[in-house]
Amino acid sequence: MSVTGDEIQQLLDVVRDTQAVEIDCDVCLMQVGEFAEDRLAGKLIAEGLKAIEQHLLICPECREEFEALCQAMNALEKPELAGLPGAKDEERKG
Amino acid sequence: MVRDRDNDEWIKSLEAQGPVRESALADLRELLFVGLKSSLKSRSDYVETMLDDFLQDSLIRILQALDQFQNRSRFITWATSIAIRVAMTELRKRRWRDVSLEKLVADSNFDPVSDVEGDTFPERRELVETMYRVINTQLTDKQRTVLLAEIKGMAQEEIAGQLGCTRNALYKLSHDARIRLKQELVRAGYDSQSFAVAFNG
Repeated sequence: MSVTGDEIQQLLDVVRDTQAVEIDCDVCLMQVGEFAEDRLAGKLIAEGLKAIEQHLLICPECREEFEALCQAMNALEKPELAGLPGAKDEERKG
Repeated sequence: MVRDRDNDEWIKSLEAQGPVRESALADLRELLFVGLKSSLKSRSDYVETMLDDFLQDSLIRILQALDQFQNRSRFITWATSIAIRVAMTELRKRRWRDVSLEKLVADSNFDPVSDVEGDTFPERRELVETMYRVINTQLTDKQRTVLLAEIKGMAQEEIAGQLGCTRNALYKLSHDARIRLKQELVRAGYDSQSFAVAFNG
């Protein structure tokens, strides 16, 4: 089994986006919620979250989980669509 | 009715005892149910009967990690991100559990002859040949194995398990390999733009 063109490109992409200092998947997990909330609110990515953005570029698993989180957050905003009538959203950050 | 809470109330309720905690756990479970179901429903490797186990495991992980919540997002967002990690790790584990890393690596390698010899774009062929030369001569066997397994899509957890290291140690192996590759490609005269247009351009 050889390496396909897509796989070579994928490797080149992650090499291009590699930084000397990076966070790992566990750190990403602890902060990706804040990143997702800002992204869904259309906010610019804060300096403190740039490392999350970079990690999502080079880690396909965390990227997949981030996309799933955005879907979940959308569903939680509209619980009736997900089959949970009446979930009451009283809370906002702070 | 399921009740969301502000962050402080979530933490206090989940750290409490008795009915307050039970009520918070029940509400958290329902909210995670909504989030997980929505995020997993389109996956071909997911069946709804898995959801109960995912929720149970997620609640345990969330309770174990409560002291790591930094109040930087809504609590339910943070909790959902953990639940998604739990569910997806399990799904990936099921998908890759019968795949041998040793066999995957034995069956494929970074071989410029088989991968790009017939490529009609000389610049692209040169770039790939340079990258492969670095991979094959300047990376360790473990680093090469990790890069190969990663681009074949093998789950991180599974690669780490079969290599006998933690997921974070695996990440460091991969990072060191990528750094070395980038340094050597830049030294050979390639820039970010040439990486991007190799196969996309």
